[in-house]
Amino acid sequence: MSILVNKDTKVLVQGLTGKTGTFHTEQALAYYGTKMVGGIHPKKGGETWSSGVDGTELPVFASVAEGKEKTGANASVVYVPPAGAAAAILEAIEAEIELIVCITEGVPVMDMVEVKAKLEKSKSRLIGPNCPGVLTPEECKIGIMPGNIFSKGSVGIVSRSGTLTYEAVFQTTNEKLGQTTAVGIGGDPVKGTEFIDVLEMFLADEATKSIIMIGEIGGSAEEEAAQFLIDEAKKGRKKPMAGFIAGLTAPKGRTMGHAGAVISGGKGGAEDKIAAMEAAGIKVSKSPARIGATLVEVLKG
Amino acid sequence: MNIHEYQAKQLLKGYGAPVAEGVAIFSADEAEAAAKSLPGPLYVVKSQIHAGGRGKGKFTELGPDAKGGVRLAFSVEEAVAHAKEMLGNTLVTAQTGEAGKQVNRLYIEDGADIERELYLSLLVDRSTGKVAFVASTEGGMDIEAVAEHTPEKILTLPIDPATGVTDADADKLASSLELAGKSADQAKGVFKLLYKAFVEKDMSLLEINPFIVMKNGDVRVLDAKVSFDGNALFRHPDVVELRDLTEEDEKEIEASKWDLAYVALDGNIGCMVNGAGLAMATMDIIKLYGAEPANFLDVGGGASKEKVTAAFKIITADPAVKGILVNIFGGIMRCDVIAEGVIAAVKDVGLNVPLVVRLEGTRVAEGKKIIDESGLNVISADDLDDAAQKIVAAVNG
Repeated sequence: MSILVNKDTKVLVQGLTGKTGTFHTEQALAYYGTKMVGGIHPKKGGETWSSGVDGTELPVFASVAEGKEKTGANASVVYVPPAGAAAAILEAIEAEIELIVCITEGVPVMDMVEVKAKLEKSKSRLIGPNCPGVLTPEECKIGIMPGNIFSKGSVGIVSRSGTLTYEAVFQTTNEKLGQTTAVGIGGDPVKGTEFIDVLEMFLADEATKSIIMIGEIGGSAEEEAAQFLIDEAKKGRKKPMAGFIAGLTAPKGRTMGHAGAVISGGKGGAEDKIAAMEAAGIKVSKSPARIGATLVEVLKG
Repeated sequence: MNIHEYQAKQLLKGYGAPVAEGVAIFSADEAEAAAKSLPGPLYVVKSQIHAGGRGKGKFTELGPDAKGGVRLAFSVEEAVAHAKEMLGNTLVTAQTGEAGKQVNRLYIEDGADIERELYLSLLVDRSTGKVAFVASTEGGMDIEAVAEHTPEKILTLPIDPATGVTDADADKLASSLELAGKSADQAKGVFKLLYKAFVEKDMSLLEINPFIVMKNGDVRVLDAKVSFDGNALFRHPDVVELRDLTEEDEKEIEASKWDLAYVALDGNIGCMVNGAGLAMATMDIIKLYGAEPANFLDVGGGASKEKVTAAFKIITADPAVKGILVNIFGGIMRCDVIAEGVIAAVKDVGLNVPLVVRLEGTRVAEGKKIIDESGLNVISADDLDDAAQKIVAAVNG
């Protein structure tokens, strides 16, 4: 088992014909044959895209609705540049795509405020924007995570940071634990999916035996997730967890790369997040190099 | 991106917000004409720097007894005297750090008869994903302190993007600010126009502290702090024109030309990392092993060799840097591209400090080979832990 994506997930690519979309679609096709079923381009409908690696051909559709109808796609990935990314997400919501993953970094926050309002009344789930995507080992890779560091296993990984997701994946692979699914929820302040949503799925997934949660400074999503875990534990739903929070040394008031990574108004500091996570029973590693080892310690009890 | 108070007020005035008459000046010669153009008899001379706490701030050059960065004047002559004393000097406030900021611009404004000082701001509330008002009767004070000691005096009101500020929202805000009659009617109009300005101009923060009620019952925006969403600047060329480069770190300006996320810090280990989370984590692990990072630098996902070279040069240009740690976990970023960029930069500007390189992920073998064959004095590391220990040892030892 896994969450969000598996070998049956059929993926449309919004922004397939661009350089980024092309490169990552080639990579996804090469990863255990992820079912990439077509691309979307408003002006290139009817054309055919072909992989520069092995010549695999994919149809290009003029709209997400058409692509969904002709391929039976249930997911889409958005590589559209920032100025048009929100419109692309809205089009996928309109077409009732179940899972929309937006990789694009730099989407204006106000655009996401509009998307979020539409999303709440829709049948779609959005992951991102500004995220590395979702990957279920040996089944499906949506987004930009490097597939070669994954191994099939029992750890669910959820993270606000792309490269720290890779660290956690790599370390759990080296510890011979492997992963069920890794989800990068993204570094923007307004996004489609929060920690709580993914934690709920991992708690419900039988194959997921333990969870790694990686947060960073800014906002209060980690604190809210910690409260959620405390409440669920009271109902008897609990899994061993390790975590990490980036930004202990970040200065206040400065945005650290990710639009959402800023300590403002005295809130969003790393210490508060670590304290909240530990209160929820998560063992938080002080070193980003020991996230996997920390989980092993938790599992050994 | 931040702008100055006077720029923020001009922008809000364009939306119909009640602001005092005022003139921005860049030299003391302009002070007399500026003050004379205002109604008087009360003037306020305000330092224009991108930091709060100006009123309580102190000028480094003027000694402890001199007045602060926001001064009242009761005549044109007094306003001119203040301007001469303030311009060109360094103002240190609770938010500038010890080094302070040089005051290159002043805003001379018509004074107001203040009855009440209120707090009003707009921001993007992450938990609801909506623009929200924050309102409090405790204006003119540090809102963080109010939030800590008397949280019940703060109202946070998220606004539905589909409707904007409704009459019910405006009523709620006015009553939480204990406004009535003419003041309430005026304030309700201000709430709506502030929201409009916030959304249309893609602001990330709009803070009016204080929002005042004057003795005659009129309301006024007495101070204004505005930050914009950097990701939306592409659609606001008028806002980009307001950028004041003298307020920014030179290295950060150079980094922004290359679209690099760079933040200057106080330590001595320069860092070049891919990914914001890993870049922060790299700073953290340096601290964990007993040293301090000199900067945050995220080269991003698909950086070119040229971009990596530029990043490396920015780090080496900082005289405080006594060692450099390159930490790359290549996903999109290829390790060989990083290696080539680093070597090109070293060939260009030389390398006088220890350099530790940790590469992992896409094309790691090729990247390591390029570094090994370069003949450069590079300390290679196996993992992040090893890398951090090696650079700290090299700098401290």
